[in-house]
Amino acid sequence: MEIGLTHYLTVAAVLFTLGVVGIFLNRKNVIIILMAIELMLLAVNINLVAFSTFLNDMVGQVFAMLVLTVAAAEAAIGLAILVVYFRNRGSIAVEDVNVMKG
Amino acid sequence: MIIQTIMFYVLAVVTVGAGVMVIASRNPVHSVLFLILAFFNSAGLFVMMGAEFLAMILIIVYVGAVAVLFLFVVMMLNINFAELRAGFLQYLPIGGVIGIILLAELVLVFASGAIDIEVPTTVASPTPPADEITNTQALGDVLYTHYAYLFQGAGFILLIAMVGAIVLTHRRRADVRRQRITDQVARDPKATVQVTDIEPGAEGTWKSD
Repeated sequence: MEIGLTHYLTVAAVLFTLGVVGIFLNRKNVIIILMAIELMLLAVNINLVAFSTFLNDMVGQVFAMLVLTVAAAEAAIGLAILVVYFRNRGSIAVEDVNVMKG
Repeated sequence: MIIQTIMFYVLAVVTVGAGVMVIASRNPVHSVLFLILAFFNSAGLFVMMGAEFLAMILIIVYVGAVAVLFLFVVMMLNINFAELRAGFLQYLPIGGVIGIILLAELVLVFASGAIDIEVPTTVASPTPPADEITNTQALGDVLYTHYAYLFQGAGFILLIAMVGAIVLTHRRRADVRRQRITDQVARDPKATVQVTDIEPGAEGTWKSD
């Protein structure tokens, strides 16, 4: 059986869904939420590379690289915010993040 | 071809399984390790698709940098994770329903044949044949010419992220003595060094036994 575009897209879809479900299930743990976001970005990357391969177009891989860049930056900033938040509050529970609530 | 099929299914199944464990494992350290496993297997999928450079970048950037960053943070912060786990089962029904709906929608789109993968005649940057030019060189040929501005922009994003992370986590502590170069250099010798003329045998200045 030939492995086609649909196979890769299905894997990416499952990974993306896992990311969404992970955000729902781990409502309180920011670290897991960040990891779920990384999973979703990985799914997007698999999609981009799959289309790049099967459409014979190099641009998809360029964009996958840009997505990688943004994902790395997002992880760094997110974890920095997390560290500062933990230093100030002594917890990382998302439900406590209501200081700015009017 | 059969080897390729088996490889694909092994990599895909391990990737998805690791993804499940990322969101379902009790210990966040295990979550990070499963995330690394998922990234390794996705890198394998990338290699199968012919994107070797991106596969290596995925391993270097994610396993080498991002996952280690996650591990650092998880281990550095002293967090009661059992407390954070509460509510997992509470949100399981709604999360599961939404996940199943989303997955069904996405898979139905693929299964319906709406995605037509006929190779278009005009491609922006066609992939050169793999036996003539390596994937890395092909990617560089596109990235450094047509997408040079985006490349620079990606660099700026990384720079800003680095500066932002340092500014956020850097803290000034008041109880630590630190060097102040300008104050030290600008110090006047006349105000700090005192030269005293001591007469020999004077009382009270220096005593020997």
